[in-house]
Amino acid sequence: MKALLDWLDQRTGYRRIVRYTLYENIPGGARWRYVWGSTLVFTLTIQVITGIFLWMAYSPSSQTAWESVYYIQHEMTGGWLLRGIHHFTASVMNVLLVLHLMQVVIDGAYRAPREMNFWFGLGLFLLVLALSLTGYLLPWDQKGYWATKVATNIAAIVPWIGPMLQRLVVGGADYGHHTLTRFFALHAGVLPAAVVVLLVWHIFLFRRHGITAKDPKRRPDEYFWPDQVLKDAVACLAVMAAILFLVLRPWLFGTGEDLGAELGAPADPSETYSAARPEWYFLFLFEFLKFFSGGTEIWGAIIIPGLILGVIFLMPIIGRWQLGHLFNVGLSVSLLAGAILLTYLAITHDQRNTSYQVAVQEARRNAVRVRALARPPRGIPLTGAVNLLRDDPLTQGPKLFSKNCAGCHRYDGHDGTGAKPAEEPTAADLKGFASREWLSGLMDPSRIPTLHYFGGTKFKDGRMARFVARDVAKYSPENKEKLRKVVVALSAEAKLKSQYAADKQDSQAIDEGRTLIATEDMRCTECHKFYQHDEDPTGPDLTGYGSRQWLIDCIGDPGHARFYGKRNDRMPAFAQDRLDARSISLLADWLRGDWY
Amino acid sequence: MDQPERLPKPGRRDFLKKAGSVFVGGLAATVPMAAGFTVFVDPLRRQGQNGDFVRVASIESLPADGVPRRFSIVADRSDAWNKSMQVPVGAVYLRRSADQKIEALNVVCPHLGCFVDYLAGEKGFSCPCHNSKFGLDGRLADPKSPSPRPLDTLEVELRNGTEIWVKFRNFLAGHAEKIPVS
Repeated sequence: MKALLDWLDQRTGYRRIVRYTLYENIPGGARWRYVWGSTLVFTLTIQVITGIFLWMAYSPSSQTAWESVYYIQHEMTGGWLLRGIHHFTASVMNVLLVLHLMQVVIDGAYRAPREMNFWFGLGLFLLVLALSLTGYLLPWDQKGYWATKVATNIAAIVPWIGPMLQRLVVGGADYGHHTLTRFFALHAGVLPAAVVVLLVWHIFLFRRHGITAKDPKRRPDEYFWPDQVLKDAVACLAVMAAILFLVLRPWLFGTGEDLGAELGAPADPSETYSAARPEWYFLFLFEFLKFFSGGTEIWGAIIIPGLILGVIFLMPIIGRWQLGHLFNVGLSVSLLAGAILLTYLAITHDQRNTSYQVAVQEARRNAVRVRALARPPRGIPLTGAVNLLRDDPLTQGPKLFSKNCAGCHRYDGHDGTGAKPAEEPTAADLKGFASREWLSGLMDPSRIPTLHYFGGTKFKDGRMARFVARDVAKYSPENKEKLRKVVVALSAEAKLKSQYAADKQDSQAIDEGRTLIATEDMRCTECHKFYQHDEDPTGPDLTGYGSRQWLIDCIGDPGHARFYGKRNDRMPAFAQDRLDARSISLLADWLRGDWY
Repeated sequence: MDQPERLPKPGRRDFLKKAGSVFVGGLAATVPMAAGFTVFVDPLRRQGQNGDFVRVASIESLPADGVPRRFSIVADRSDAWNKSMQVPVGAVYLRRSADQKIEALNVVCPHLGCFVDYLAGEKGFSCPCHNSKFGLDGRLADPKSPSPRPLDTLEVELRNGTEIWVKFRNFLAGHAEKIPVS
C-alpha cells in the first residue's frame, strides 16, 4: 500500500498538496469564529451540486421553462427537495456573505497585505447577487417574470448605454426565449465560472497571507486539520440543517403551502401581476427606490448604490488610519441597519396594503389552479402552460364577469372575484343560473321581486313577475307539484355539470315537466317558445334554456328575438365589439360551472 | 504559509476529531447529493407508453400482391410535462401475406434502432445503418446481418371488416429476445 502511495506521490505530488491544504497553522488555535468562510464555500458547493442536477431537467424557453420547473417541482421524485435546497441555499448564502463581510470589516481583515483579497471577496459578493437575480427569472413564473422586468428596466436607465445594455441582457426588444437562454447561460455558465476563478484566488490569497487571528496568544497554535476542519464541518452541517428547516417549514408547521420553493402561475405578459416583488434580500433596494420620484430613479437605482459600493471598495485604503477603520465599521453597521430597516418597511407596507394582499391571494389561487390543470393525465399542451389559465373558465370567468357584467349583475352577492361593489345591483344574481334552485327562486312570489332576480330591472313589473305574483302565489299543492316538475325539466335543458346526477335520476319527472311546459294550464308557452314553432314569442326561448349555446347566444345578443327582443332591458349585445367569442364562451362556461 | 515539512504525529484524540470531521462533513454534503441523485434516477421509475391498439389504415389501402406499405402510427403522446394529442409516434410496415392475412412489422431495426427501408428489388427490408437484411415476413434474410433478431412483429386486428388496428409498441434494441419498452 505504501509503495503504491509513494508511486502515486512521485507522479502527482499529492502529499504536498494535502499538506498544504490541511496543515495550515492557525495562531491561537481553532475557533468557531473562523467557520464562516468555509460555510460559504459549502453553500456554493451545494448550489453547484443541486444546480447541475436541476440543469438536467430544466429547459430554458418561454414555452418550456415554467413547464420543466413544474415537472421538477410536482412530478419528479424528490424534485421539490432539490429545488427547495437550491432556492433556500441562495437565501442562506446571502446572509452568510453579509456576516462574512461584516466580520472582515470589524476585524480589520482588509488591511494590508489583504486588500486584494477584500476586493476579490467583494467581487464574489456581487457575483452571488447576480446569480440570485438571474436565477429568480428562470422558473418563468409570474413572480420572477415581473420582478426581473423591473430589474432589467433599471438597466435601461443607465445613461447613454442603458437601452442598448437592456436589449443585450433581455436578448431582444421584449422578454422571450432569448431572455431565458441568456439568463440561463449567465446563471449556469458565466457567473459560476467567474465565481470559481475568484474563489480559488480568494482562498489562495487567504492561505498566502494566513488567517487574521483574533488573540493569537490565547492558546497554542493548531493546524487547520483536524481541529478547525471539525468545527467547520459542524458549522456546515448546521447550515444544511437550517436550509432543510426552511425547505420543510410548511410541513413542520402545517401551513399547507408547497414544500420547497414556491412556483407561481406561468409568466403571462398580458396578465397584470400586482404581487410582483423581488426576492427578500433585494427588498431593501425595492423599498429604497420608492423614495425617488419620476425622473430621479437613477439616483436610487444606480448612483447612490454605486457610490456606496465605491466607498466599500475603498475600505482597505480608508482603513489604513485608525479613524478610517472606525468609519468603515460605522458605515458597515449603518448600511446593514439601513438595509434591515428598509426590508422591514417593505414588508410592513405590504402587510398593510390590502390590494397587494388581494393580488397575492389571486396569485396563489392561480398557482394552485394551473397545477390542477397541468397534472397528468391532462398534461400541458405544446403551446405552454400559460394557455391552460388563459383558456380556463374558472380563472377567466370571474375577471370577465367583474369587468363586463358586475356593473348590473352580481354573482353570489359579489362581482365574481369576491369584491362587493358599493352600489346595489340592477340585474339578477347569476350564481347558479338555470339551476333548479335558481329557477325555483324565480318562480317564488316572494323572491322574484327582490334584487336577486327582477327587482332592479324593468321586468319587475313585467308579465312574468305578475304571473308569479298572482297565479303562482295561489297554486294548489297539485299545481305546486306540477311547477316543481316544470322547474326540474327546464333546468335539465341547461345540462349543468353540477346537476348531471340529479337530472339522470329524475328523468321521469323531467319528461313530465317537459310535457307540462307545453300544456296550456302551466301557461309557459303563452309567452315563451319551447321547441314547437311560435309566431310571436314575447319571452326568452325556453328551448335549451341555460345551455352553453343558449347562454353564449344570449350574452352575445340579448336583444335578439329569441331572447328579450324589443323588451330587452339595458343589457348590451356583447358579441358586437365588446367581447370576442372566446371570452363569451369562457364567461358562459364559468356561469354554468363548467370547468375542469 | 506555515506548513510543516513532515506531517505531525497523530494522537488518539486527533483520530476522533478526524473521524468526526469526515463523518459530519460527509453528512452535510450527502444531503444535496442525495436530493440530486433521487431526481436524476426519476426516469427509472417512470412507465413508458403502453402498447394500445391504434387504427392505422383501411384494408383498401393495402396492395393485394403482398407488397408492404409503410404507415405512420398516430397516437396521444406524453413527453415529460407535455401531452400531445394524435401525433405520429412511430411507423409500421403492413402487408398481406400469401393467405391474405395482414401482417405488421415495426420499422425499427432490432439491431440499434435505425428505420429499415423496403427494397422492392430485393423483396425485403434492409437497414441503412449496418446492413441488416430481412425478408418480407421480417425474418433475417442474411446470416451476416448484425441484427440479433428478426424485425418485430406486431399484433393486428381487422375491425368492422375494413379497419386495420395494430397494437403498437417498441422493443429494446440489441437483444435476441423481444423485450417491450415500457
